[in-house]
Amino acid sequence: MDITSLTAVELGKKIKAKEISVVDAVKASIVQIEKMEKDVHSFVTIDKEGALKRAEEVQKLIDHGTLTGPLAGVPVAIKDNMCTKDMLTTCSSKILGNFKPTFTAEAVLNLERAGAVIIGKTNMDEFAMGSTTETSYYGETKNPWNLNHVPGGSSGGSCAAVAAEECPYALGSDTGGSIRQPSSFCGVVGIKPTYGTVSRYGLIAYGSSLDQIGPIAKDVADCATILEAIASHDPKDSTSIAREKYDFTSALVEDVEGMKIGIPKDYFGDGLDKEVKEKILEAVKVLEEKGAIVEEFDLSLVQYAIPAYYVIASAEASSNLSRFDGVKYGYRTQEYEGLHNMYKKTRSEGFGAEVKRRIMLGSFVLSSGYYDAYYLKALRTKALIKQAFDNAFAKYDVIIAPASPTTAPELGKSLSDPLKMYLGDIYTISVNLAGLPGISIPVGTDSKGLPVGMQIIGNCFEENKIIRVAYTFEQTRTYERPELVKEGR
Amino acid sequence: MAKQYETVIGLEVHVELATKTKIFCSCSTEFGGAPNTHTCPVCTGMPGSLPVLNKQVVEYAMAIGLATNCDITQVCKFDRKNYFYPDNPQNYQISQLYLPIARNGYVEIEVGDLKKKVRIHEMHMEEDAGKLVHDEWDDTSLVDYNRSGVPLVEIVSEPDMRSADEVIAYLEKLRTIIQYLGASDCKLQEGSMRADVNLSVREVGTEKFGIRTEMKNLNSFKAIARAIEGERERQIELLEEGKEVIQETRRWDDNKESSYAMRSKEDAQDYRYFPEPDLVPIVISDEWIAKIKAQQPELRTEKLERYKKEFDIPQYDAEIITNSKHMADIFEATTAICKKPKKVSNWLMVETLRLLKDHDMEPEDIKFSPENLAKLIGLTEAGTVNSSVAKEVFEKIFAEDIDPEKYVEEHGLKTVNDEGALIEVLEKVIADHPQAVADYKGGKEKALGALVGQTMKAMKGKANPGMVNQKLKEMLKEC
Amino acid sequence: MANKISDETIEYVGILAKLELSGEEKENAKADMEKMLDYIDTLNELDTEGIEPMSHVFPVHNVFREDVVVNGDGSKDTLANAPLMKDNSFKVPKTIG
Repeated sequence: MDITSLTAVELGKKIKAKEISVVDAVKASIVQIEKMEKDVHSFVTIDKEGALKRAEEVQKLIDHGTLTGPLAGVPVAIKDNMCTKDMLTTCSSKILGNFKPTFTAEAVLNLERAGAVIIGKTNMDEFAMGSTTETSYYGETKNPWNLNHVPGGSSGGSCAAVAAEECPYALGSDTGGSIRQPSSFCGVVGIKPTYGTVSRYGLIAYGSSLDQIGPIAKDVADCATILEAIASHDPKDSTSIAREKYDFTSALVEDVEGMKIGIPKDYFGDGLDKEVKEKILEAVKVLEEKGAIVEEFDLSLVQYAIPAYYVIASAEASSNLSRFDGVKYGYRTQEYEGLHNMYKKTRSEGFGAEVKRRIMLGSFVLSSGYYDAYYLKALRTKALIKQAFDNAFAKYDVIIAPASPTTAPELGKSLSDPLKMYLGDIYTISVNLAGLPGISIPVGTDSKGLPVGMQIIGNCFEENKIIRVAYTFEQTRTYERPELVKEGR
Repeated sequence: MAKQYETVIGLEVHVELATKTKIFCSCSTEFGGAPNTHTCPVCTGMPGSLPVLNKQVVEYAMAIGLATNCDITQVCKFDRKNYFYPDNPQNYQISQLYLPIARNGYVEIEVGDLKKKVRIHEMHMEEDAGKLVHDEWDDTSLVDYNRSGVPLVEIVSEPDMRSADEVIAYLEKLRTIIQYLGASDCKLQEGSMRADVNLSVREVGTEKFGIRTEMKNLNSFKAIARAIEGERERQIELLEEGKEVIQETRRWDDNKESSYAMRSKEDAQDYRYFPEPDLVPIVISDEWIAKIKAQQPELRTEKLERYKKEFDIPQYDAEIITNSKHMADIFEATTAICKKPKKVSNWLMVETLRLLKDHDMEPEDIKFSPENLAKLIGLTEAGTVNSSVAKEVFEKIFAEDIDPEKYVEEHGLKTVNDEGALIEVLEKVIADHPQAVADYKGGKEKALGALVGQTMKAMKGKANPGMVNQKLKEMLKEC
Repeated sequence: MANKISDETIEYVGILAKLELSGEEKENAKADMEKMLDYIDTLNELDTEGIEPMSHVFPVHNVFREDVVVNGDGSKDTLANAPLMKDNSFKVPKTIG
């Protein structure tokens, strides 16, 4: 039996039924990692020993009937910006190269309570700043569908690991599209939940008002199950919201009869790749045939989301990242003269170019004399964008859009023109600004054989609608695996 | 004729709130402890940690705001103040700039015959920084985050003060109010109350304010007074020389009695404030304000009136005692035990004030327990010790909070009430001082005092003076 | 290009952000920032008159903690990752004053 091709829920069932032991599940992942890593490089840290030890413990708890949940014994990979106690957590940065947190992120703890076995920490754009996973200090991750292409970012390691079947599922984080865009590039499913649904405690902040942790897996059922496990009201996170219900799996229903789907015209115009557009509109057609009511509309303000986002996210990042100064943890430069020189050398040597670029921009827009013109203007724009979504959701149950204007670009083609790279986030970013939930699901491949992702956006706290639409569509097709994985090289 | 200058002073007063835990985490605020023992991921800026606001901080801040006649900001928010310094673990301080919790207040002060209002511009909540200790051994600094995250309010006055006396009156007034609210112990020496002085000078008669400086590191009323005088002189000197005052932050060195500028190229003083995304707004309802008002403890004025009525304490004494919440607490607790308010007041007004002055201490520094003062009063009332012994014992109570009953017993300080022993001594005194005896008999009442003194001396102060007096008179009549 | 970032500005922002940029990095930073600011300036096309700046996307408020000591001695964890330490404290270059 091919353990690694199973979904997380399927594997969980077999573990529960004693068809597969937890140790075997973990070993299967390790074998696959050993096969794939030289090509894909999804991981910054792989913890074989820890995972095997934990597998034995979890097996006992399952045998004792203590752990009964659907994810008990299933291996997982965690994006390297979530704190894991005593396990390196680098944010793919040199500045945290030796950092071992003393506590575990709440979302990860929730998974551990559900019996998850952490096999490692996945690669990402440094501090989640980037859309390709090329800004990692520890080398780029490659797209399992085509090793000459990027996996997307910033959760590129998590998405590539799932696509390469190195683990059944992974956690990512999404500040401006960092779960949905790489999910679409890697042909997997990823959810960015409503802001406040998953605790941010232990997530190393990039843009605090935008960051959200979410699941990445092979199918919608897995994502709903994982989201159910990680979502919680956490008193340690003041922005965590006490939701009425944390039940997402009940939305796994194949039925879109009468659901209203809005297609924002402005998301399908200039700049969108023709093939991507076709694939998504085909998928929409499928949903229409299944009884959904599809309507085009003007969402407006689309072009203002990116500039507003870069002001807000960079400003927050410039402040969030000021704690990395060589005093309390992480890298400190070797030679320095005095305090300020120590700060400057540590940070200049410890951060990569993209991080420095955003810290500079963020510091500038907050500096004396510019706050109103840039920061407040961006916050007002955010209010208008939220308003536009509110108006849309008064009419539609969900909004369907591309996850990215193109399929995965080739390696090395994005970083030379940052602004162009930023424009790639045009369809995902406004969802973060408005705090909404979004899911990306694969809808096929383009002529180059690269996956195309469709984004389904819901109103806040309405994950269940996007899960239902995604699940319904998913039933009409089979999961596609990259050649690399099928060959089993 | 030389120009006349007026000093214009505004104050930024930081007060550490008396909460059990820090403002954004559940670490203890207890003073002391080995470095970094009262710390957690939140107050040391660990990656991934997040702040959660202590409700008691908001309630203390509201109480102070209301007691200083401020408007409470019913939707208030926290902002980040960004600057790099090792005592600030996140390299930003969570504070309030745009919507501070209280605004537009005032307190009334009295200096001599002058009564005036000092307006409060705003008051905000924020977190304290850690402590830096210079390590002489290898010329580095050591950082301890035990104080990092201790809750503070910063009270910013308008530039309404004109002299050091007014500044001190304002600070004393604030201190009394806050102590009575139980919101802080306000000890300047220990840093639970700190004042930064914003000072400028202008020619008398001019409307426009001069350029001001901000003076930091002032940890006693005396230092504040000296710093104000020093800075006033420094600024006037500059102006007289035709130079300009530079707007800057200066650090007062009270030993050298001079200040120096804290500016450096690396301190741009551009704090890049923006709304703290990790904390949600605070919405304060009318009901909440009403509740805080209703919970307000008896403030000084009410207490003063009650002391006059309930205990028949004179105005002046009641003023002194209630000037310090701590002293008032001792007064009430002691009175509750011994039921002798006037005696208690007397011990506080005379001996306690004298000892405080001798030791250069504040009433807040009083360490003795009401139980021991009550016991001492009991001993004097019962005539077990005489007044001079009592004073001696009180000094021990003041210094070490000893149990007076045990102390008197152990040191054999009880008044001797044994007539036989007294008569023996008296006979000897009368025999040894014929001149004094003759003088007394000759009508010189004063001579009696000398004989009493000699008797007390012979009995090492332990005699009951009333008894000595009475017995001596009887025996003199007979001889 | 509308926005011009001077050497002084880059220098100043470097002081604020505690970043020391090499000559080449500075030139790149200037060009990047000018480009980004031009792009950000497109926000000025939007009429935001009378719109409240939105820092929190949901109207959640009054999230508090009770004033109860929960944490014990945290010094071991606090210092676990210290690059340099002495006497249970973080060691840093000498600070002024």
